[in-house]
Amino acid sequence: MNKLYIFLKYFFIVVWTVFVVAPFLWALTTSFKDFQSVNGGVTYIPWVDFEPNLEGWKVLIKSPARGGVDIIEPYFNSLFVTCTASLISIILGTLSAYALSRYTFKAGFVKNNDITFFFISQRIMPPIVLSIPFFLFLSSINLLDSLTGLIVVYIVLLMPIAVWIMVDFFNKVPREIDETALIDGCNPYQAFLKVVLPNSIPGLIVAGMFCIIFGWIDFFFAFILTFTEVQLLPVKIVALNSSVTPWWSLSASALVSVAPLIIVAFIVERYLSKGNLSGAIK
Amino acid sequence: MNFKHKYFFLFPGLFVLIGILIFPIIFVVRLSLSGWNSYNPGLDYIGLENYIRLFTDDPRFWESFFRLSFLSVTTVILQYVIGFALAHMVWKDIKFKRFFRVLFLVPMMTTPVIMTVIWRTFFHESLGPVNDMLSIFGVAPKWLTDPVIAKFTVIIVEVWQWTPFMFLLLLAGLLSLPKEPFLAAAIDGASPVRKFIYVTFPLMAPISIGAIIIRLIEASKIMDTVYVLTSGGPGTSTETSSFYIFIKGLREFQMGYAASMSFTYLIIMIISLTIIAKVLTKLLLKE
Repeated sequence: MNKLYIFLKYFFIVVWTVFVVAPFLWALTTSFKDFQSVNGGVTYIPWVDFEPNLEGWKVLIKSPARGGVDIIEPYFNSLFVTCTASLISIILGTLSAYALSRYTFKAGFVKNNDITFFFISQRIMPPIVLSIPFFLFLSSINLLDSLTGLIVVYIVLLMPIAVWIMVDFFNKVPREIDETALIDGCNPYQAFLKVVLPNSIPGLIVAGMFCIIFGWIDFFFAFILTFTEVQLLPVKIVALNSSVTPWWSLSASALVSVAPLIIVAFIVERYLSKGNLSGAIK
Repeated sequence: MNFKHKYFFLFPGLFVLIGILIFPIIFVVRLSLSGWNSYNPGLDYIGLENYIRLFTDDPRFWESFFRLSFLSVTTVILQYVIGFALAHMVWKDIKFKRFFRVLFLVPMMTTPVIMTVIWRTFFHESLGPVNDMLSIFGVAPKWLTDPVIAKFTVIIVEVWQWTPFMFLLLLAGLLSLPKEPFLAAAIDGASPVRKFIYVTFPLMAPISIGAIIIRLIEASKIMDTVYVLTSGGPGTSTETSSFYIFIKGLREFQMGYAASMSFTYLIIMIISLTIIAKVLTKLLLKE
């Protein structure tokens, strides 16, 4: 019984590992292929099945005029929009989460939980519902196809995540530490900045990671609200897909664009193992 | 601690969110009562005409909605089962525990559309590795162009992409469980299966509900995977609600009609998610 269980366990882990890794391996080998080894039949192993070359990677940094795809500018656009929107969301979200965790609010039938739910429930909103008004709204104030417009939209996407994680995190930080700080003569803002925040760094990091993930992987808003002036990475790469770009440069650019967030996986795992994520789910 | 300070903490975030959202929401409702399209852009008032058209004369919307329900429920169930199994496996000590944890998290960190571009080449009918390997068995499924199989291709890609999120939530939950019930079960000499059914699973019920609801919310937005993988095709066989609204609104510029669809869609989403949450709570928390 036990042996069967262990066998099944490792069998399942191996199968899933292969499934997870397969598209990455495929993309990696494809990125070193040339026309012959892509279109002449399926090939797998470099040097045995086909002769690897670096063409797919070289075109990434060439300008379109010279037959390249130039993903450097979209890369920095994506990075800038994601980081700015995450930062703003974290700052605003953390302040609100702190208020919701420490103080009682009451306005008619609206209580703390309702306000928290209001924040989090923004995730229910299907992006398509917002996209049409945002499209018309941003075009009327000339922010269509601009980084600012995207950042504004991303704040709506990311702030609920920040509030969700931080409310639960603050609930786990003992109230005594703010009270001690207040008795020691701090005003509430000093207590928050000097005592509560330093004790909440794991929570802030987790919230930040989630904001960065969900900002970086968004395609929909970038796709609808930008055209030519500003291009984000996912839009750029999907545009490559529809034109006649060969698979090797497609694979190479895909790998380059997913690479940075792999680091995030390591950070998330670290905080997960320490138990810092548990509060957020309940 | 009942000063005015609390408002200074709460309001910046709350007002920014409301400020950004209030206009679009009111505007969607108003737009849904207008006949805004590419010939006639403007907020005229045509009453409930769009809604009447939607409820009486647009089977395509409802088909896309049922398709979306099928896709999201199937993917979330698969993600839950697989995610739970994976989380349970790397919960206790196993060799290379941290390596597997990171590895199982990786897909959710990758941009769905970009991985879908890779999946497209992966499932390519003549040049992709899947059909190349399946050719040993003499079969060559049309992954992207067969109306039935294309749905399952979407499901495979969604499961690959988002099982890690389920895994993350469930593993975080498992790691936060109290130790005592497990000690008690060990003293009673419970078998692993019985331990799972009587201890682990009931303890995980609240976390499971949370994780399923979160995933259902996200899954109900399936759109970009479909856009890249099949463009809703072949025909309309993988078209989801979001994608159909997108076509009507931002391709054919029938803004008014698209707004009425998106408002209806939002209301249905809120109602059905509330019902699902209630039913799940009743089912899993009855003990």
